[in-house]
Amino acid sequence: MNFRGWIADWIEGLGRLAMLTREAVASLFTFKVAWSDLLYQVYFVGVKSQSVVLITGAFTGMVLGAQTYFQFHKVRMDTATLAVVSVSMCSELGPVLTGLMVAGRVGAAIAAELGTMKVTEQIDALRTLATHPVDYLVVPRLVALHIALPLLTIEAIAVGIGAGYLVGVYLLDIDSTYLWINMLKYTTSSDLTIGLIKSFIFGGIVALIGCYKGISCGEGAEGVGRATTEAVVYSSITILITNFFLTLTLGRIFHTL
Amino acid sequence: MIEVRDLKKSFGPNRILDGLSFEIPRGESLVIIGRSGGGKSVLLKHLIGLLMPDSGAVLIDGKNIVGMNERELLSVRGKFGMLFQGAALFDSMTVAENVAFAFRHSPEMTVREIQSKVGEVLEMVDLPGTENKKPSELSGGMRKRVGLARAIIYHPEIVLYDEPTTGLDPIVSDSIDKLILRVRDCLDVTTIVVTHDMRSARTVGQRILMLHDKKVYAAAPTDQFFQSQDPVIRRFIDGVSDAKEHYF
Repeated sequence: MNFRGWIADWIEGLGRLAMLTREAVASLFTFKVAWSDLLYQVYFVGVKSQSVVLITGAFTGMVLGAQTYFQFHKVRMDTATLAVVSVSMCSELGPVLTGLMVAGRVGAAIAAELGTMKVTEQIDALRTLATHPVDYLVVPRLVALHIALPLLTIEAIAVGIGAGYLVGVYLLDIDSTYLWINMLKYTTSSDLTIGLIKSFIFGGIVALIGCYKGISCGEGAEGVGRATTEAVVYSSITILITNFFLTLTLGRIFHTL
Repeated sequence: MIEVRDLKKSFGPNRILDGLSFEIPRGESLVIIGRSGGGKSVLLKHLIGLLMPDSGAVLIDGKNIVGMNERELLSVRGKFGMLFQGAALFDSMTVAENVAFAFRHSPEMTVREIQSKVGEVLEMVDLPGTENKKPSELSGGMRKRVGLARAIIYHPEIVLYDEPTTGLDPIVSDSIDKLILRVRDCLDVTTIVVTHDMRSARTVGQRILMLHDKKVYAAAPTDQFFQSQDPVIRRFIDGVSDAKEHYF
């Protein structure tokens, strides 16, 4: 495919994704989401993703704590280590890493499930049973990710800070009181708010791209495989790019208030 | 009544249907036959709005469904039940959940009423007591029966069958044919069957419509169709290939 064709495909894909988003938002306000479907999705997205998110949060907090200490120790700022871990985890690393891990686990699963339903005509069967696929397949997943991702992010942040604290106090011999007080002093509620807003938006990105890739999946096993891979890659890239613009926008809004 | 007017459909550069027109009166059993890849299933999906044509019209009880959006089509589809080639059962659900799917958000029915209806319709397709089985535990013929139960539980006016006997042995195929007739007679529905199984076509069809070369090649009552001496029809009925054609 030449460059012009690739650009045309990319724009068409964006247009279709926008249409799906519009349909999902419209459905959200008019269609009664079945609680059982929503609860199952929250369980699948939230509860089942905890181990991955907790491990990621813990080791990120530990590495960040150790690395910050190595640099800060040179200028005798050891006790500010946890403050850096905390601010970074709250506003950047917590939401982004949780988003990326969930994109890998849940985005892939959504694309594979919906893609398989597409190639085995289950989505057509839904339509013949007078059920709109967006109402039944997309909306519960979208709402579940909007709910679950901020909660997972809070977990990742808490575990990351806790792990950074343990590394600082028990491995690097930093004074625990000053470490904790400085963390509280430099971490503001706006850092956490920024992180939660980001994670809410990342939840929407993972759900919509996963669902879009699944519903528009090509024929056969190859189509499902490609949809799954693309869902993870596009969700991850979109999260990283969106994060940059959100950091600028939310930073200006919250830090100038 | 279903009316198709000058229906045209292409996928990319490939023209699949090229100006099809026909009518299906209420209560008729129509069998659509034609070569593999000849557009039979594509035509069937146009009748229920799963595919939209490039041009032409599909009228269901006088209402043109071409150009309707997905939400407008939902109400039209309430008139239809469809059995898919691979049954298209929802893997994650049990047989009972599959069959009762159309009632899952129905506030006017109690759980007990739904269970009783599911039992009734499973009885009708000769699968009593399979409510708690998963689709993966069922044979091909059983899956088709469950797919049919799911399609008829809400008493549609029109039932579409996409290759109902493909991949089944002759005895199971015969039982599916008998089931199609039973559903037609018990529920008084319009039946449209897409198949290339000639035995099945003869059993279930009152009229046969043959697609050939992207168009309606012939449409005639079943007996008349099977007596036709037209070489194209004859070759199809008798399953004789033409040495000049490439089939692979």
